[in-house]
Amino acid sequence: MSARIDITLMVNGERVSRSVEARRHLIDFLRLDLGLTGSHAGCEHGVCGACTVRVDGEIVRGCLVLAASLDGAEVTTIEGLTDSAEVADLQDAFVACNAAQCGFCSPGMVMAAADILRHHPTATREEIREHLSGNYCRCTGYQAIVDAVEQTLATRREDRR
Amino acid sequence: MKWPAIGYARATSLDELWRLQAEHGAAAQLLAGGQTLLATLAFRLSDPKILLDITRIAALRGIAVQDGVLRIGALTRHAELGRDPLVAQHAPLLAEAAPLIAHPAIRNRGTIGGSLAYADPAAELPACVVALGATIVAVSPRGERRVPAEAFFTGLLQTALAPDEIIAAVEIPGTQPTTRSRIIEVARRSGDYAMAGLAARLSLNAEGRVTSPRLVFFGVGSGPVLAARAGAALDGWVLDSAAIAAAQAALAEDLDPPADMHGPPEMKRHLARVLTFRALSPLLRASEVAE
Repeated sequence: MSARIDITLMVNGERVSRSVEARRHLIDFLRLDLGLTGSHAGCEHGVCGACTVRVDGEIVRGCLVLAASLDGAEVTTIEGLTDSAEVADLQDAFVACNAAQCGFCSPGMVMAAADILRHHPTATREEIREHLSGNYCRCTGYQAIVDAVEQTLATRREDRR
Repeated sequence: MKWPAIGYARATSLDELWRLQAEHGAAAQLLAGGQTLLATLAFRLSDPKILLDITRIAALRGIAVQDGVLRIGALTRHAELGRDPLVAQHAPLLAEAAPLIAHPAIRNRGTIGGSLAYADPAAELPACVVALGATIVAVSPRGERRVPAEAFFTGLLQTALAPDEIIAAVEIPGTQPTTRSRIIEVARRSGDYAMAGLAARLSLNAEGRVTSPRLVFFGVGSGPVLAARAGAALDGWVLDSAAIAAAQAALAEDLDPPADMHGPPEMKRHLARVLTFRALSPLLRASEVAE
């Protein structure tokens, strides 16, 4: 029953082949098997959002996805997102706004906030809060996080004019 | 918590799934979006020996309209419900429900088939399909079977599915220009399961009279609760504040909510009355609102 499953997938643009146990969730696969420790394992039951990563272009809870199910998938983690510079401005805004306190939630926050930048460029402050409502910051630094996303959206809109 | 040691097999066709189900029997658990199942594994609330991944079975995918009926494949994700143009046109209630379900990252994985099969009494989609008078298409090695949504939910986390049956699709009858629908809920935090919610669908004719009302509450019973007496209080009447008040009063006989972690039965009854007003009052005619 606990036989290993062979998977081949793209992680941050690199082809990866591994043999995984069925019980391995995506975050442990990334952290323990691939050494990509940017994605955090928090509650491990889908509540806190610290494990937010992209699978096939859309954000998911990494702790609620079996690595074994991802044969052929495309996974992007905070490492890949950072290297692509897609949200370099957002990350700068996180620093400027002091939106990372202990930093545990930050990778998941940035992944979820990147989703707002991509899909909801005109999001209001209320919509930003709604979109990030599944990502917990136990330092409760939400105001600064929402500030950083709001500022990034505003700057991007300004630049587009 | 980590998941327990468990097996995994991927089916790419229904025939392959039937073979795997025959091989593993009751030890097997279907895995669709996994957004509830995998959390229950972490808590050891369920104990399957092997997960059968159905997400690559093409026959369970797709959204299409045929002969005026909207067919939504079981593997349709909540996020897809929220943005699909056919759903928006033919079942706007489902599009309106999607943003109420959990959070964006969960909506990108969770499926309508999974939500209906799990049958959480506080979930949005079971109430929606009952409100819409939908049909659940179940499939097994014995063939297809159609179950009216109203008869599908048989108790707390229980459905009419036989052990070897799975949900293939949901079929929703066509909407008319006079059809109105609305879903609203009260939750402590955005994305939480509702303390109480209401999925409502009705028709308003040219005189403002209500026909075929279906008020379906969630989070107030062991499954979606069709409020038959509240519906009867509206049926055939001009929708005005007196009609809404009559529907609210009739809820006393429709609902028998259990106490839960949110509060006592009377709180749930109160919330149901509030939701009834909030759902129906936007449909009042301007003259009525001005009074």
